[in-house]
Amino acid sequence: MSRLTGNRFVVPVLGVLLVVFAALLPRLDLSVPGVLPGATYTPGTLQILAYGFLIAALALSYHLIFGLAGMLSFGHALFFGAGAYGLAIVLRRLLPAELPAGVALLIAVLVTLVVAFVIASAVGALALRVTGISFAMVTLAFAQAMNVLVRRNTGGQTGGEEGVSVTSAMVPDVLIGVRNSANLYWIALAILVLVYLATVWIESSRVGHVAAAARENELRVRVLGLRPYTVRLFVFTAAGVLAAVAGMGMVLLQSGTTPRVTSADFTLTLLVIVVLGGVGYRWGAIVGGLVYTLLDKRLSDLASSDLIASLPAVLRIPLSEPIFILGSIFVLIVMFLPGGIAGIAHRVRSGGESSHAH
Amino acid sequence: MSTLVLLLITGVGLGALYFLVASGLSLIYGLMHVLNFAHGAFLSLGGLLGWEVGRRVGDGTWGGLLVSMLVGMLVGALFAIVTELVFIRRLYNRHIEQVLVTVGIGLAAVALFEGIWGSDPIITTKVPWLRQTTEVVGARVPNHIWLLIGVAVVVLLAIVLFLRFTRFGLVIRAGVENRTMVTALGIDVRTAFTIVFAIGGAAAGLGGVLASVYYGNVSAHQGTSLLIYAFIVTVIGGLGSLTGAAIASVLIAVLQQLANFYLGGTGDLIIVLALAAVLLVRPSGLLGRAA
Repeated sequence: MSRLTGNRFVVPVLGVLLVVFAALLPRLDLSVPGVLPGATYTPGTLQILAYGFLIAALALSYHLIFGLAGMLSFGHALFFGAGAYGLAIVLRRLLPAELPAGVALLIAVLVTLVVAFVIASAVGALALRVTGISFAMVTLAFAQAMNVLVRRNTGGQTGGEEGVSVTSAMVPDVLIGVRNSANLYWIALAILVLVYLATVWIESSRVGHVAAAARENELRVRVLGLRPYTVRLFVFTAAGVLAAVAGMGMVLLQSGTTPRVTSADFTLTLLVIVVLGGVGYRWGAIVGGLVYTLLDKRLSDLASSDLIASLPAVLRIPLSEPIFILGSIFVLIVMFLPGGIAGIAHRVRSGGESSHAH
Repeated sequence: MSTLVLLLITGVGLGALYFLVASGLSLIYGLMHVLNFAHGAFLSLGGLLGWEVGRRVGDGTWGGLLVSMLVGMLVGALFAIVTELVFIRRLYNRHIEQVLVTVGIGLAAVALFEGIWGSDPIITTKVPWLRQTTEVVGARVPNHIWLLIGVAVVVLLAIVLFLRFTRFGLVIRAGVENRTMVTALGIDVRTAFTIVFAIGGAAAGLGGVLASVYYGNVSAHQGTSLLIYAFIVTVIGGLGSLTGAAIASVLIAVLQQLANFYLGGTGDLIIVLALAAVLLVRPSGLLGRAA
């Protein structure tokens, strides 16, 4: 009992401390050679960390669909892309109105949220009529349709293969330039915290419990007189909106976006991240997102290093393809380590606890 | 009129390509309930290695093309067998994990092919006859369309005959119907799994070589882009139904061609809408059994 109440306080306190520490990083001079490209106050490092936070936030939103509700969606990139493209396009359309930059940004964020909500509930309402693999296919198809529309530059809004960019006229000055990369970093961190809190709230709400119950045994939930469809639609829509929030952060962080974020490959990457971190664990999604981002950057650096270039072709070619290495790691995790990083930690901890009991 | 004929015939040709990918997907799903995301990689490897061998035997000759097709089939089948034996089999009955493993294989393999052959499409040399056109009711149809349609029909017939008249075919058909019962009767369904994967891989590898004829190039990504259409076709046709996959392939490809021409390049969008419509009206697909 004391352990339970202990946990109830220890976890939030640890979480708050972690967030405070993360928030202080731009003002600290910490170096982690081999993991981060430079000291933590440098713009390059902040950029990578902020990118990692947003990917982690996106992975958390995917965790709601895949981990909590147990639905295999292949269309999550759709909502991330909707957030990224939505914000950039609305900002550009607001440009002639000559509003103060802060007001324009606020309006654009609200409009994008509404758009994301409408898209997510519409796609969810249709896709959830089927389950299992068919559900995966319908979501994939919708995401693919979005990808085609975006790449074709439909309506002249999305800029085709080049994507859209956010120029300095569209956003407040504090969000522009290398000098202000700490501000963008804090926004990314705030988005991650926000998405995390929303995820906790949904998971611990009645809706979350019913969604988890329907994942385990749909028939029982129906027998109890509850409707899995409504609950799943709520979770799906909430996850879509949260993904759009992460997408909005990304378009600000990178001053634009390309069609890649709407592609099926991007959703598959997300799946890799969630499985890497550990399916069903909230912090697994976060760790997965951060580890994946750092691994991806590091492996790309490794790929272009002299060490790799000097190897014979048999070793050089596989090692210079980050996706090959990540894909192989992913396959190995699925085969031998179900539960991913979080699963390992969990096993180590429970192993320790049982030895205490003895 | 001649435009319409041209669109219809090229649509059927594209459908033939979709069918070569979708047939394997549908059979594999029907028997094992695995949606194989690595199928695109089978196709890409078949296309790439088929091209490598074919151009050495005779670039732009019938002999070279024939060799490429054989190599493509062989490579696709081998890749598929390895995938099944090494990865899928160990995750027996864990469908989500099986899908995840194929996702990982698909990502890793395509990245590896990119490392070896580069990420840009490689232009291939066509047999002279395939570069020409034949006139049908005023429409000038590219000759490679006939090759695609012919091969797909042969593949369809071969698979149907195999399923109908061999013992393994019988086991596979029974397994699609009720796998538990087949196992209970003491028949080892796992051999059937491997065979289905091999057939699907061979069809995909052959599809890879034909895709290089159709598009005039080979690339590591060819399989991935075709795979999405093949998924759509498989779901519309009804997961597990070979005939459904054949009909849906042609319907979807023709619809795509017509929409691309008459509705300003909206083919991809129309297909997705068709998928949504079919799933709303008949969630099990055109010829699928009720789920």
